[in-house]
Amino acid sequence: MAARRPLTKAELRRKQMLAVATYPVDWLEERSGLVGGIRHFLFRNVPADINWMQTLGSATLTAFIVQATTGVILAMYYQPTPHDAYASIQNITDHVTMGWLVRGMHKWGASVFIILMFLHMGRVFLFGAYKYPRELNWIVGVLLLLMGLMEGFTGYLLPWDQTAYWASVVGINLNGTAPFLGPWLAQFLRGGQEIGADTLSRFYSIHMLVLPGAIAGLIGLHLYLVVRLGVTSPPWSKEAAGRERAEEPAALRQGLIQPAQGEPGGSE
Amino acid sequence: MEPSGHGPAPDEPQPPSPTLWPAGFAVGIAVVLVGLIISPVLISPIGAAIAIVFGFLWARQATAELRGRPVAVEPETREARPAAAAEAPPASTAARFPRSRFLEGATVGLGGVIGGLVTLPVAGFAILPSFLGQKRHEVDLGPLTAFPEGKWFITTFMTDPAAGEVSRRTAFVRNNGAVGSEPSFTIISNRCAHLGCPVQANGPTGAILGEKNVVEHTANGQILLRPVVPAGFGCPCHGGQYDTEGNRTAGPPVRALDRYSFEIKNGHLILLSTFSVSHVDGTGAQAKIFKYKLAGPGEHVDGPEQWFYPLQPPHH
Repeated sequence: MAARRPLTKAELRRKQMLAVATYPVDWLEERSGLVGGIRHFLFRNVPADINWMQTLGSATLTAFIVQATTGVILAMYYQPTPHDAYASIQNITDHVTMGWLVRGMHKWGASVFIILMFLHMGRVFLFGAYKYPRELNWIVGVLLLLMGLMEGFTGYLLPWDQTAYWASVVGINLNGTAPFLGPWLAQFLRGGQEIGADTLSRFYSIHMLVLPGAIAGLIGLHLYLVVRLGVTSPPWSKEAAGRERAEEPAALRQGLIQPAQGEPGGSE
Repeated sequence: MEPSGHGPAPDEPQPPSPTLWPAGFAVGIAVVLVGLIISPVLISPIGAAIAIVFGFLWARQATAELRGRPVAVEPETREARPAAAAEAPPASTAARFPRSRFLEGATVGLGGVIGGLVTLPVAGFAILPSFLGQKRHEVDLGPLTAFPEGKWFITTFMTDPAAGEVSRRTAFVRNNGAVGSEPSFTIISNRCAHLGCPVQANGPTGAILGEKNVVEHTANGQILLRPVVPAGFGCPCHGGQYDTEGNRTAGPPVRALDRYSFEIKNGHLILLSTFSVSHVDGTGAQAKIFKYKLAGPGEHVDGPEQWFYPLQPPHH
């Protein structure tokens, strides 16, 4: 072994800089394991022939994050009362700095979110990615879709203009025509017999507290299952599904199957 | 194998002799808490007394060893047994229900009880107000003299002035003249029997007729009466059409338009509650109205489909 050359001044300084830079990360990792967790989540193996279609789920997540962020800011200016709701929306659009932009992002982003959810669902269906062992993730996804649609329904009332009002009247009465419990569901949604102040504040609460919380939780479960079960190969893939390369199947390494030229019963 | 039922296995650690003092202490605390709700003066002190007495006894027992008193412990007895017997399945109750299992169950159970105590009032708060205390609002449409016989008016009014313009509703009113000594009015709600959109009168109004709108102020805010000559009523949302008695003539509605019951008080036309109508035979004062309890839009009140809506939520 050759004797170690002493570090030059520049090398020493670089080493010290690196230590300083990584210190906070090391501090965090030692106490929480979060850095390793994030690396495990972000830098996991995926099939080599993965397709751009498989970014639709991430796109949907991005759309949800945009909705949550712009929604939180809109909530700082919006007033959920029959007297003030429409005026506060006008104020956001016309007077609050960049209010037109944030409201526009939320309004159009809502459609983007819904459309991306459907495209993502179509991709999963056409790739057969809902099959064993990923059925549970399909079910979670369907719940997310339903909650996204409920977000659309409750958010539509909030501008409190004629379109919003009558669309909600029709939507609630549609629920009311469901057999047996329909009239009760409609009265619960209305917060009483007539649409009014209670309906607006109730839709507001459901729209910005109940559903986003539930959606965030279900997205966590959705992503946990994606990480746990891995990403599927496209249906035209020549590789085995999952994380292993086709030329080295997992079953081969584990000795469950024999290489083609191997002696029968030769190995353990 | 050793037959079961021979008492505790000798190698089992003996659980400490059970004591009721902590349980009594817990009961005392529970009584204090309940007393805070029911009667802080009477019940809470009783609970406090129970908690103090049992707490003292518990502390006394727990510190017996520290205070030098011999602790009453059953002396451990051990017999020489064949090795096979030592591996016999535990037969004692203590082994089958050890303290850790009890604590697990108690934690989960208490957590459930606390969760229920928190959830029940919150769920009630979220759900019940929609169904309780639904008030009936009478609407004063002003003096009868504003309604000449045989003329239709589009009237708008606030059912609940305290709630403001959001409670503004519309009804089509026609004075049918007196039947004997009783006045007769046809008062049709403009809530579409399909999905609740605002039904419009199909016909000329106001200036085209050469007549003026009437504006009144009553307990129900500003009342607007617009004269109209309707050929029928139509809904802008999905095209439901009705004749002037509110019978469905075309489109998706499942029944006739709802109507208001009314009374005359001090020469004023007062709207009472609304009711649903399957259909109307005849017109005006001679109309035979097939009345039903108020149902939501889109709900059948007659025919076999009515069995889909056996129980209506409480409303006025």
